[in-house]
Amino acid sequence: MKILIRSMATIVMLGALLAGCGERPPIETKQIGYRGTGMEQNVNPRREVMLKAMNQIGDIQPPADPTGPLAKDIYQNVQVLSDLSVGEFTRVMLSMTEWVAPANQKNCTYCHNGENYADESMYTYQVARSMLRMTRDINTNWKSHVKDTGVTCHTCHRGGPVPSYVWFADPGSGRENAFVGTRAGQNSAITGLGVTTIGHSSLPYDPYSPFLLGDLNIGVNGSTALPTGNRQSTKQAEWTYALMVHMSNSLGVNCTYCHNSRAWADWAQSTPQRTVAWHGIRMARGLNNEYLVPLTNVFPENRKGPQGDVAKINCQTCHQGVYKPYFGESMAKAYPELQGMKPAPVDPTAMPADGTAAAGDAAAAAPAAPAAAPAAGVPMAKVPAKDAPKATPRSGNTAIAALTPTSVDRGRL
Amino acid sequence: MAMLNFERKYRIRGGTLVGGDLFDFWLGAFYVGFFGVTAAFFSLLGTALLVYGAALGPTWNLWQISIAPPDLSYGLGLAPLEEGGIWQLVTICAVGAFVSWALREVEICRKLGMGFHVPVAFGSAILAYVTLQVIRPLLLGAWGHAFPYGIYSHLDWVSNVAYQYLHFHYNPAHMVAVTFFFTTTLALALHGSLVLSALNPAKGEVVKGAEHENTFFRDNIGYSIGTLGIHRFGLLLAINAGVWSAICIVVSGPFWTRSWTDWWAWWLNLPIWN
Repeated sequence: MKILIRSMATIVMLGALLAGCGERPPIETKQIGYRGTGMEQNVNPRREVMLKAMNQIGDIQPPADPTGPLAKDIYQNVQVLSDLSVGEFTRVMLSMTEWVAPANQKNCTYCHNGENYADESMYTYQVARSMLRMTRDINTNWKSHVKDTGVTCHTCHRGGPVPSYVWFADPGSGRENAFVGTRAGQNSAITGLGVTTIGHSSLPYDPYSPFLLGDLNIGVNGSTALPTGNRQSTKQAEWTYALMVHMSNSLGVNCTYCHNSRAWADWAQSTPQRTVAWHGIRMARGLNNEYLVPLTNVFPENRKGPQGDVAKINCQTCHQGVYKPYFGESMAKAYPELQGMKPAPVDPTAMPADGTAAAGDAAAAAPAAPAAAPAAGVPMAKVPAKDAPKATPRSGNTAIAALTPTSVDRGRL
Repeated sequence: MAMLNFERKYRIRGGTLVGGDLFDFWLGAFYVGFFGVTAAFFSLLGTALLVYGAALGPTWNLWQISIAPPDLSYGLGLAPLEEGGIWQLVTICAVGAFVSWALREVEICRKLGMGFHVPVAFGSAILAYVTLQVIRPLLLGAWGHAFPYGIYSHLDWVSNVAYQYLHFHYNPAHMVAVTFFFTTTLALALHGSLVLSALNPAKGEVVKGAEHENTFFRDNIGYSIGTLGIHRFGLLLAINAGVWSAICIVVSGPFWTRSWTDWWAWWLNLPIWN
């Protein structure tokens, strides 16, 4: 009888545990390393269906005629899309309306003064202009991360004026000098403005400020089995882990998507995806510094975080839980206007009052534009994106070894 | 082989599960039995297969030899010998040897008219192994989910599989299992030291018995579980360590695909404060 009661209690406990899990076989798995190494991705097909429904590409307007008069010659104050035909220009404007400010957000007048579409007085107008520059910059200069898939406004915005996943600096608990109650930037499972959760763990919840705004060293692993002078602390490792868990959650992948955990730092044992992610970190950092921080004074107070900082991007902003935004489907391919194939040559930080004059200057300065971008007083990666290694399609370990970033970065991240 | 004069008394015929009298004999100190033969067969064949696999592999470095399971693409089918087939045969041999050993223990228990506590306890270890290498791969649909046979390689597997769920220490069943493992060693240390302390008194003192042992713990923590109770408790702890190990790995994958930290969201979602 006792045994019966005990075994029944065990069964009830097991049942509760499994019910708490809320998942069940069949599970889809994908092998990403040599057999028996445990390098696998686990996908619950039932959850995948929901995720796919949440990650559908936005509306794509029918292609526009690239010939015909240029928009800048017809409309006033066209600075960024000055290389587009009127048809292409209109197509981008229409698409932006659908992707960022649909009917419930006032359509065109979300950014434009209805009386005068060239009027720059609305902050949304200025932000949108900067974001267009950013989009073209990403599609042109950050192919190391976005490849030919590229991005559009919709990649982040998904039909809303503010992307769902942005971050602000941690306001702190306000009890930093108190005897108790100091969070020390971690141990929070509650989310709020400036306070996120890193996978419900106790890890620091704002790894973005040091790594995706600043360029603090990410790699904490020693390169030898026994300690030989690596002074990185457990505390520093927690920040690195927080960033990594953020990446994992943002992409819906586990650690083995990029790393072989037997040697985290070793590029030769990592997957090619790690190289793409390496560039992604630099891209998020670069875009935050080049485009979002400079907009600090453009945004009204109600759009800023508790510390008065602008909304900034992290991996989740584009990825939204998927290893490739929209599961790899490219919207940008349908938008040559956003590819920057006819580069719009402008200094991204400049916000000239006289738009017409700036457009003229910009056209003349076209060839210098790519070089000018990193020079905007930005603490960018030490290795510019163009010099960093290209990731190649997965083709075994020898290929992985070949795309190891420079020796400087070996063991870093 | 020499036999102590009282041993013959305990060498009792019968009690076999299979084979009747055929293997009901001793080889030196060891009882043979049908399952002794199968245990020897499976363990020798399995070891030979491991050596064969090592010979096919790139190294004879004992630390680095690894007999890996097949690629996931083979699913639950058979793989060529060099691509995981050896692993499959070794696994059959391992399960065969372990189960044979447990059943041989059962036969000995039957001979001696004892309870089956020893084979049941060993069974919890077998359960953990079979869960890792057979049940979980079956639930996930491929033998490739099992761990490889190699000293380093199986540790690499453990590490990567743990990181598939980002932070395995948040796995509630893993927490329970680890707690049982540590508590088992704690209980064994307390029990062993208590018995030795009673049997090794100070010079001039007489050897102490159960009442002294009980009194020690009553004085110390207000309660003594008793001489029989400590063995029940120890067995309970040890069996649970094995069983919860099996549970913690079988839920990882088949019943949970994400970070184990996320599992604890149920706490945040309790209606009390949500």
